[in-house]
Amino acid sequence: MLSAYREIVKFLLLVAIVLLLPLLIQEGYLLNVMVFVGIHSILALALNLLLGYAGQISLGHAGFFGLGAYISGILTATYSINPWAAMLAAATLVTLLAFIVGFPILKLKGHYLAMATLGLGIIIYIIFNEAVDHTGGPSGLSGIPNLSLGGFSFDSDLRNYYLIWTFTLVAIGLSLNLVNSRIGRALRAIHDSEVAARVMGVNARLLKVQIFALSAGLSAVAGSLYAHTMTFVAPASFGFNFSVELVTMVIIGGLASIYGSLLGAALLTVLPEMLRAFQDYDIIVYGLLLIVITMFMPGGLVKGLPGVLTALRRKAAKEESGDA
Amino acid sequence: MELADQIAQYLVSGLSTGAIYALIGIGFAIIYNSTDIINFAQGELVMLGGMFTLFSLNVLHLPLPLAILFAVAAATAVGVLFERLTIRPLKSPTPLALIIITIGGSILIRGITMMIGGKDTHAIPAFSGSEPILIGTATILPQHLWIFALTALAITANKLFFEYTITGKAMRACAVNRRAAGLVGIDVKRMVLFSFAISSALGSLAGIIVAPLTMTSYDVGIMLGLKGFCAAIIGGLSGGIGTVLGGLLLGVLESLGAGLISSGYKDAIAFIILLLILFIRPQGLFTKAQTERV
Amino acid sequence: MLEVRSLTQRFGGITALEDISFAVAKGDITGIIGPNGAGKTTLFNIVTGLYTQTAGAVLLNGKDISNLPPERLAPLGLVRTFQNIELFGTMTVLENVMLGLHTRSSSGILACMAKMPWHLREERLIRKQAYEWLDFCGISTLAEQKASNLPFGRGRFLEIARAMAVNPSIMLMDEPAAGLNNRETGELAALIRKIRAAGVTVVLVEHDMELVMDICDRIIVLNLGRKLAEGTPREIQENPAVISAYLGEG
Ligand SMILES: Nc1ncnc2c1ncn2[C@@H]1O[C@H](COP(=O)(O)OP(=O)(O)OP(=O)(O)O)[C@@H](O)[C@H]1O
Ligand SMILES: [Mg+2]
Repeated sequence: MLSAYREIVKFLLLVAIVLLLPLLIQEGYLLNVMVFVGIHSILALALNLLLGYAGQISLGHAGFFGLGAYISGILTATYSINPWAAMLAAATLVTLLAFIVGFPILKLKGHYLAMATLGLGIIIYIIFNEAVDHTGGPSGLSGIPNLSLGGFSFDSDLRNYYLIWTFTLVAIGLSLNLVNSRIGRALRAIHDSEVAARVMGVNARLLKVQIFALSAGLSAVAGSLYAHTMTFVAPASFGFNFSVELVTMVIIGGLASIYGSLLGAALLTVLPEMLRAFQDYDIIVYGLLLIVITMFMPGGLVKGLPGVLTALRRKAAKEESGDA
Repeated sequence: MELADQIAQYLVSGLSTGAIYALIGIGFAIIYNSTDIINFAQGELVMLGGMFTLFSLNVLHLPLPLAILFAVAAATAVGVLFERLTIRPLKSPTPLALIIITIGGSILIRGITMMIGGKDTHAIPAFSGSEPILIGTATILPQHLWIFALTALAITANKLFFEYTITGKAMRACAVNRRAAGLVGIDVKRMVLFSFAISSALGSLAGIIVAPLTMTSYDVGIMLGLKGFCAAIIGGLSGGIGTVLGGLLLGVLESLGAGLISSGYKDAIAFIILLLILFIRPQGLFTKAQTERV
Repeated sequence: MLEVRSLTQRFGGITALEDISFAVAKGDITGIIGPNGAGKTTLFNIVTGLYTQTAGAVLLNGKDISNLPPERLAPLGLVRTFQNIELFGTMTVLENVMLGLHTRSSSGILACMAKMPWHLREERLIRKQAYEWLDFCGISTLAEQKASNLPFGRGRFLEIARAMAVNPSIMLMDEPAAGLNNRETGELAALIRKIRAAGVTVVLVEHDMELVMDICDRIIVLNLGRKLAEGTPREIQENPAVISAYLGEG
């Protein structure tokens, strides 16, 4: 039970950091970067539930993210629906869609699953580009309103920061609860041995589809938040490259690690900002990161770094004693 | 133009892109059969074929035939290097790790190509002019003929290699049962390396012969690779005639769909076919399903 | 209790099982023996819904379960263990057993995310019961260990504990003694008897003849996919067809 308290303390610590961070960074640009860290964290978290816990890959999550953004954007900008209602609609529709396509897709395994989700993502991306009448095509959709509560509109960087991070913290809290429950155990069991899990009575087919739908729905919420904070969406943000970027976040932070997703999202959001000078070459860094982490730190940074550090230290110690 | 003529025209271009997909698809199948890996970097080798040809034409000033040979050799070297550096040292080659690594490799190759060669789209001259040849009422470009001829040649050579050479037979043995092949003394690791070499060579050749028609740039690999995979899936990842038919079928459907329905959704057609096949007949159109071992 | 009727299984050209029929009586320990490749594991895979048979039927308590997927069989009280241990390696020993209790709890995704009170109650109950099953199998001191770190023999016992947690009426065990040392095999024999005493019917695939002859009430012999003989341990030991099959193999 001690570990339960430690979990709570860890989470409260995170809440405190989130609350106090704006005291340190007041500059709009940095706050804006933190808004993206928050949105990416939700996405990485959503994907990690599927990829890290259930062990099912998706190379199409940028598509669900984009669907959330576009549904919310179109409903508000074109049809003047209340943004909160639009967000709810986006989440519900995408969850439903994922639930329906999830049945045939999650019958597939490994490479086949990867290719199918990739195909789905690309089809969605093509629709964003081609359904010009609704989406504005490649040049995008603008005039999306900010979210507001009563008369309070989330229209400044600071307000958006608190808005997004409220969602992020709630998503983290709910995910932590989920992965430590019977559902979380069943997901990990499917990952470790699907056959044994089924023999123990876990309806693996259904659970995989459910978690796929949940993951897609959560991504759609992130998409909706993105649309209402940016007030503009264009297809380029939702392509295959972004799906790969999301997978990279999860892998870097660590499969089946909730806080790892946060770290992965933060790294992959802040790093490109720091690598501004290199412009588009950040994909080289992603490629290298994916390869190096998979080869040498399959648990990701959160789990892998301590191990690598001790190994290095041990090696250093050995060399020292060898010299003497 | 009459509808029939139009369709004939779409067929010609569909068959030629289909041939390209088939070549790429066979590359997928060869690697898959010897390693169970779907090499997500396959498309980048196709792209490298075009880019290396460009490099040897414009920078090395080689004549075209030499430029092609150079490009195939260079892309093959990249494919082999990729296997040696990333896949072979992998301690626990789970499907997930392999997917991630080959994706990592693919964006790495793409990124490096972009860094060195820039983001521009380049034209490569057709192998023997671009004077259309009139057949009945449809026209065909000389490059189409090159594509058909070289694809047929490559597929035949590939077939002969697997049927009649010791190495080819050993690779087939690995495809059937890797452990047993290892037990009878076949060097499985070498066969894996060969499979990467052969599929890199086929992929880059596809990239070279299609480049004069479609132009080339650092990012053409993604789509070509995925469509090659689609061809392989239709063919049940067989590496043989199934994948060839799969490629041709895909090329023709795509070309007809683009011409008769909507060109904007052309790329979507391939992926819808891919999803349908995966949902309904994941074992491919031409093979029977097997019971998965537990 | 469990009945198999004219079961046939073909894989492409191979016939792994041909026209197998037998019945397992409630409360018995039934042994299934046969040389490597006889089709024993295939039989288990069909009964537990992992393979779909080419022909024939499987009945549990008179109900046709031939076409039910494995996850539908656990609630009916049918579980199994695996020849190549299938543990949930990234989970703790306790969590492995708690997974066995999956069907005994029902909170959905939303209830788990929101930590609803009934979910927490359920969780406490499952945890307590899981400890009891670890005790039953004599491995409760290992509760907090990661399953992948267990020594092989303990892993076999954990698989049994996990299967018992399902509250089965019949348990199929695929070579539970394989890889165990003598002391552990002794413990296993005692555990299997204890399981039977707890009211669970046991079907045991095993190569360890001493163990089989010691604890089984009835034995079925398979060879090359066909049923060669069936009877009490004594009858089987004296059956000339069985002797020649085993000697012929050796
Ligand atoms: N999914 C499958 N596809 C093809 N052949 C299979 C499959 N599963 C089993 N077989 C074949 O069926 C036959 C019976 O195998 P099975 O595993 O049932 O034997 P067994 O009696 O359990 O042997 P052992 O004592 O070695 O465990 C073998 O020839 C095996 O190769
Ligand atoms: Mg067996």
